[in-house]
Amino acid sequence: MSGAALEPRDETELAELLAAPGGALEILGAGTKRGIGRALEAQPLELAALRGILDYEPRELVLSARAATPLAEIDAALRSERQQLASEPPDLGALLGSTAQPTLGGALAANLSGPRRISSGSLRDHFLGFRAVNGRGERFKGGGRVVKNVTGYDLPKLLAGSWGTLAVLTEVTVRVHPAPECERTLRIEVREAGRACALLRRALGSDCELSAAAFEPGRGVLLRLEGWEDSLRAQLARLLHVLGQPDHELLDAAASRDCWRQIREVRSLADAPVLWRLCIPPRDAPRILEALAAERYLIDWGGGLVWLAEQDVRAESVRRAVHTGHALLVKAPAALRATTAVFPPRPGVRQQLDAALKAAFDPLGRLNPGRMS
Amino acid sequence: MICLPEPDARVLARRPQILSALAELLPATELIADPLRLAAYETDALTAYRCAPLAVVLPQSTAELARILRFAAREGLAIVPRGAGTSLSGGAVPCADALVVGLGRFNRILEIDYEDRCVTAQAGVTNLAITHAVAAQGFYYAPDPSSQIACTLGGNVAENSGGVHCLKYGLTTHNVLGVEMVLPDGQIVRLGGRHLESEHYDLLGLTIGSEGLLGIVTEVTVRVRRRPQSARALLVGFATIEAAGECVAAVIGAGIVPAGMEMMDRLAVQASEAYVQAGYPLDVEALLIVELDGPEAEVELLTARVRELASGHHACSCRASGSEAERLAFWAGRKAAFPAVGRLSPDYYCMDGTIPRRELPRILRAIGELSRRCGLRVANVFHAGDGNLHPLILYDASVPGELERAEALGSEILRLCVDAGGVLTGEHGVGLEKRDLMPYQFSPTDLEIQHRIKRAFDPALRFNPGKVFPSLHRCAELGRTHVHGSALRFPELPRF
Repeated sequence: MSGAALEPRDETELAELLAAPGGALEILGAGTKRGIGRALEAQPLELAALRGILDYEPRELVLSARAATPLAEIDAALRSERQQLASEPPDLGALLGSTAQPTLGGALAANLSGPRRISSGSLRDHFLGFRAVNGRGERFKGGGRVVKNVTGYDLPKLLAGSWGTLAVLTEVTVRVHPAPECERTLRIEVREAGRACALLRRALGSDCELSAAAFEPGRGVLLRLEGWEDSLRAQLARLLHVLGQPDHELLDAAASRDCWRQIREVRSLADAPVLWRLCIPPRDAPRILEALAAERYLIDWGGGLVWLAEQDVRAESVRRAVHTGHALLVKAPAALRATTAVFPPRPGVRQQLDAALKAAFDPLGRLNPGRMS
Repeated sequence: MICLPEPDARVLARRPQILSALAELLPATELIADPLRLAAYETDALTAYRCAPLAVVLPQSTAELARILRFAAREGLAIVPRGAGTSLSGGAVPCADALVVGLGRFNRILEIDYEDRCVTAQAGVTNLAITHAVAAQGFYYAPDPSSQIACTLGGNVAENSGGVHCLKYGLTTHNVLGVEMVLPDGQIVRLGGRHLESEHYDLLGLTIGSEGLLGIVTEVTVRVRRRPQSARALLVGFATIEAAGECVAAVIGAGIVPAGMEMMDRLAVQASEAYVQAGYPLDVEALLIVELDGPEAEVELLTARVRELASGHHACSCRASGSEAERLAFWAGRKAAFPAVGRLSPDYYCMDGTIPRRELPRILRAIGELSRRCGLRVANVFHAGDGNLHPLILYDASVPGELERAEALGSEILRLCVDAGGVLTGEHGVGLEKRDLMPYQFSPTDLEIQHRIKRAFDPALRFNPGKVFPSLHRCAELGRTHVHGSALRFPELPRF
C-alpha cells in the first residue's frame, strides 16, 4: 500500500480528488473482493461514505442507491416490499476471508451473479444506470432509470464487470423483481458429473421453468422451482414426470434457501487454497472436469459455471482444458497471484480494444491499475 | 430537419477509381454502382430521409468483408452497415460518400445446439427464421420486434431490439451469447460465445445497441427457450386512462410479471377494430392486453388474479382468451394498430420514448394537450408494462409545413419523456432521427465520454457517420421525399 486512505465524502469531493494530480488508486467499497486479482501497489480510495438508498419505488421495480450501500441494506429494503435482486449476488466473504459487508457498487463492478443467473439474467442485465467519475475526474452518467432504453451506448454493461478500472461508480440504479411467494428444491442423488449434467440438461431443456440448477458432488443434483404457492405443486409434479420420476428428496422453503446460499457462496470449497471460476458452454463441463481429473468442484448454472478447487494453481492446464469460455483465478496465495494471469488471457485484438477503452476513461492509468491482469 | 454530414468532395471525385478497385476485390455480383439499383438503398423505414450512397457491396463471407473494410480504411471511406433496412430511426440511411455494406448474403443458420439451447446464425438471417428453425422441437427465440419477418439478427444486435414480450424475456442484449464482428480496421474479433459472462470488459454488451458505430457484426449466437406450457391473454377496457394506468401499476405491484402488457388509447382502439375486427370494446378510453404465460397451473392462477385486480380498478370490461385462436385475435388488433391508424390519415410519424410507469396518465394528458395545440391528432399505443410509448402523430405530408409540425410535435413529446425521468428512445434507436435531441438527455461530458468510446473502436469516425451523436457538420442537401399514403416503407409488416 502507498499512502493513507483517501475518503471522499461525496461525488464532488471524489471528482476533485481525481481531477487533481496523483498516483495510482485502489478503489474500495467494502473491500470484500480484494483477494481476487493481483494485490495492488496503490493508495486506497475508500468509498464507504457514499452510502444510502436514494430512491426506491416498489411499483416501478427500480431502486437507486449510492454505490457503497451494503447489499444487506438493499436486501432488507427489498424484502420489506416482497421484492429482490433477481441475480442473487453472492457474498464471497467466507471464501476470501472477509467479514465485511459487500456493497451494491462492488457487486456491480465485479458482475458476479448467483444461481438465478440462468433464469433471470446476470447482475449487469438489471443494471439500468449510474453516475460515476472517471480517471480524469470527470463526472458523468450512463443509462437511465427506466428498463427500456437504447439511447446511446449501453454504458452500464461496460462498467459492470470492469472491476473499478474505468470509473468510480457513485450512484447506481438497478431493476428489482418481485420475490417469489414460495420455493422448493428437488435433490436427486447422483454421484458422477456426466450423469448429473445430463440430468441438468434434461430439466433445463423442458418447459418446467427452473430458477436454478446445480450439482454438488456428495449432495447431488439440485433443481429449484420458484413461484406461487398454489401452482408450485403442479409444477413440481410436472418436473418429476419430465425427469422420469427419479428418487428424490424435496427441500422445503427454509432448507431450499439455505441450500442455495451455500451454493452461491461456494461454502463447500471455502477451505481450498486455490479456486477457479470457469464460465463455459454447459455441455463442456464433464469433459473439462475429466481432463483435469478434478476431485473437488461445484457445478452451477446448469453446467455453465464450474467452481474448481485445487491444491496448486496449474493455470496452463486449466486454461488449456477450457476451449471456449474462460477461467478466472478467484483465490490463490498472493505470491502465486503475482505471477499468474488471474484474469483470462485474451487475443491481441481484444487486448487492443480493452486498452483503448481503458485509455478513453482513465488515460493516466490511476484507477485499479493491473487489477484485471 | 435533420442534416447528414456533408460528403467529402475528394471521395466523390475519386468515385471511378474506388469503384474499379472494388471491382477487383469483389465478384461483379457483390458490387452495386448503377444509380437505378442504388436507389433501393437510399433509405430505410424512416423514409423522409434519403441519400444514394457511393456504392453498395454485398460480401458473402467474413474474410471478404474484412478485405473490403481494410480497403475502406486505407481509402478513408465512410461505411454504412445495413441489414434489412427496417430501422425506424434512420440507422441505415446512407451518406453520398459512403459505402453501404449489405449483410443480405450472410443468410445461413450455422448451428443449432439443443443441448445448450442456443443457435448460431449469420447476421443477415431474419429474427423470425431463428424461431422457425427450432419451432419443431418446441423452442423459440424470445425477442420479437414487430418487423421480425424481415429484420435481421445483425440489425437486432445493432439496435438492441425489443418487442412486446421483452417485459418478461428481455431485449436482444439479454438473449445474445456471442458475436463475431469485423472492426473498422478490418480485424476480426469474437465477443462472448456459448458461455455466460465476459472474460474482461463486456464488449459484447457495449456492441449490442451501438447502432453500427463500432463495427459490423457477421455472426450471432442467441439463446433459444422452450415454448411456455401455456399462454393466455386478457382484454381489459377502462373508462379513463388513469384507471388503466392504475391497473398496470397494481398488476406489477402484485408481483406479477406478465409476458406482455400493452395499452391502446381510444383513437388507436377504434382504428384497430375498424381495420381487423379483433372484437375490441369500442366504448373505452383505454384498452389493456395482458398476456400471461408459463406453467399451466401458474397461468390459470394469475389469470384469475389479474381479473380480480381489473375489477378492483373499475375495468368496464374484461375478457380472457378461451382458445389459442382468440388469444391471437386479441393480439391481431394490437399488431395492426400502426397500419390501422395509417388509414385515418395520409401519413403518420411513430415516436418511441420511455417514461417511468407512474407517469403514464400525466404524460398522456400532456401529449393530448400538445396535440390539440398544434392541431395534429395523436394515437397512443404502448408497451405499458415497461413504460415505452409509441405515440403516432397523424399528418398530411402534402400540406406544406405539416411534416415539419409533426416533427416538432414529436420532439416536444420526447422532451416530455426526458423531463419525466425517462429517455428519448426505448427500442427504435437514436439513429438519424433523434440525434439532435441527445444533448437534451445527456450533458456535454456524458456525450464526450460516449464519443471517446466511439474513437476507441473507430478513430477516424468512418462508421455510420451522422448517426446517434450530434456533430458540427454543415447541412448537406438531402433529397427528402414526402411519402404519401403511408410513411412506412414496408406496409406489409405489422408494427407494434
